[in-house]
Amino acid sequence: MALTAQDVAKLAELARIELSEGELAHLAPQLEVIIEAVAAVSQVAGADVAPTSHAVPMENVFREDEIRPSLSAQAALSAAPATEDGRFRVPRILEEEA
Amino acid sequence: MIFQSASEIAAQIAAGEISAREVADAELERIAQVDGQIHAFLAVDAERAREQADAVDAKRAAGEPLGPLAGVPLSLKDIFCYQGLPCTCGSRILEGWHPVYDATVVKRLLAAGLVILGKVNMDEFAMGSSTETSGYGDTHNPWDLDNIPGGSSGGCAASLAAFEAALSAGTDTGGSIRQPAAVNGIVGVKPTYGSNSRYGVVAMASSLDVPGPFGRTVLDTALLHAAISGYDPLDSTAIDQPVPPVVRAAESGDVKGMRVGVVKELGGEGYQPGVMRRFNDCLGILERAGAQITQVSCPNFDYALGAYYIIMPSEVSANLARFDAMRYGLRVGDDGSHSVEEVMRLTRGQGFGAEAKRRIILGTYALSAGYYDAYYGSAQKARTLIVQDFTKAFEAADVLVSPTTPTTAWGLGERVDDPLAMYKADLCTIPSNMAGNCAGSFPAGLSPDDGLPVGFQVMAPPMADDRLYRVGAALEREVNGGRPLTSLIAGKPVGSGAGEVADV
Repeated sequence: MALTAQDVAKLAELARIELSEGELAHLAPQLEVIIEAVAAVSQVAGADVAPTSHAVPMENVFREDEIRPSLSAQAALSAAPATEDGRFRVPRILEEEA
Repeated sequence: MIFQSASEIAAQIAAGEISAREVADAELERIAQVDGQIHAFLAVDAERAREQADAVDAKRAAGEPLGPLAGVPLSLKDIFCYQGLPCTCGSRILEGWHPVYDATVVKRLLAAGLVILGKVNMDEFAMGSSTETSGYGDTHNPWDLDNIPGGSSGGCAASLAAFEAALSAGTDTGGSIRQPAAVNGIVGVKPTYGSNSRYGVVAMASSLDVPGPFGRTVLDTALLHAAISGYDPLDSTAIDQPVPPVVRAAESGDVKGMRVGVVKELGGEGYQPGVMRRFNDCLGILERAGAQITQVSCPNFDYALGAYYIIMPSEVSANLARFDAMRYGLRVGDDGSHSVEEVMRLTRGQGFGAEAKRRIILGTYALSAGYYDAYYGSAQKARTLIVQDFTKAFEAADVLVSPTTPTTAWGLGERVDDPLAMYKADLCTIPSNMAGNCAGSFPAGLSPDDGLPVGFQVMAPPMADDRLYRVGAALEREVNGGRPLTSLIAGKPVGSGAGEVADV
């Protein structure tokens, strides 16, 4: 299947990545080559094969629900791009100014 | 002294023949001398390294027992959280970010008395096979400065081949420890998935990632493996079992009666002739040491690369969603005129490099409605078939072997704009990530066609990591006349023993 620059733009929007026109034009043919190369995988296994999401057998891990030391608010905020009143400050969430 | 093995350095420190401080100073001096050419290090932590060395010397002076690696200088892939140093993971989006806790691997390194010299370069978010996707410049292969050092743990391997550290800790998702080890002529092991904690390791593809050791000798690598391995309640996929006896295996090197299965699908056509020649030489060495060489077939390995390039980007697209410019890392466009979503888009557009973008978008595609079954669903089934191939092959053989990579190191820049050619460097290493078993790369000598190092890959069942070291140690005694391979940067022509090189 052909992957157009428009398709890549749509995917980039879903992934929240701003791409320039140049990047879109460059990425589309590269991604198409990769997708063609991996497409054979869909032919390998029949319906009777169970999927593997994880290589080692997994069981749910439980522990006692007890209070333990954790990061202080100060440490958690230490790498934030912006803070205000001991909290993360983020750009406006809504399109309209409140 | 820095041209010696880690175990020799540790033994001399323990015996009081040299101090850990002297070793640290010599290694820092070496970094100052050669890293301008190699660019392995992203951050050198001289002051704390000296303090850590002094602490080892003080412990010795007080008569306290030292561990087998106390005072040994180590380089750390810039993917591990280590308080006090930035953690970039090779990405501009994390430039200047200082973690607020230590990775379990780091805690164990410090507890073992290792001296952390600094953090080394890598492909951005561990995505690449050449370290060229790093946002912080290329690392050069000490065997030929115009060549790639492998990746993604290229800085780890190059720092060892250039004698800028005695040991290194990296991570392997599709070959990121084994491939750089191979192209730098050193040892690198991907432990069994879940046997080494991922806590504090920046996540790339969580069902595939595993931290592991690099060393210049098999014993050194085993000692580091033992130091960092083991159950960790902070990693929800950790295996709660004892660490396999890797050190004993490295000391023994006994392969008598061991069934060594050559994987038919990994080798032959499309592989560099010099790589196959050295691979076959190694089979001869193992046979003479008493191993039984057999052929095994793993037909579904042919689909491993394809399935990997669906599963890995899918997990990447989810894991890298955390870089949203809100809690840490880069933030672009926060000038009051952009909404939170616009800021995310601008930040990720500017902060991620080309390969990260490629993989995130590929993963987004594979997981999107209408394509999920054809891609992600099918790849998970192919993964089942690969696991079954391994299970069957391990009934016929105790270990499986192949070349680590189809070729030796290529030139910097050669594959940068040909992602598929880059991905094929991991053809032989990917199956073990898909199945979670352990695998390692051991020096096989130099390729006769270009004089560059070749890696011999050994794969063993989950939690049978000791078998890797048994085979590796048997090879080490014979390859290159039993002497370690020495890169050109060490100041001596290829083939000269490390011990013959003058100390700096």
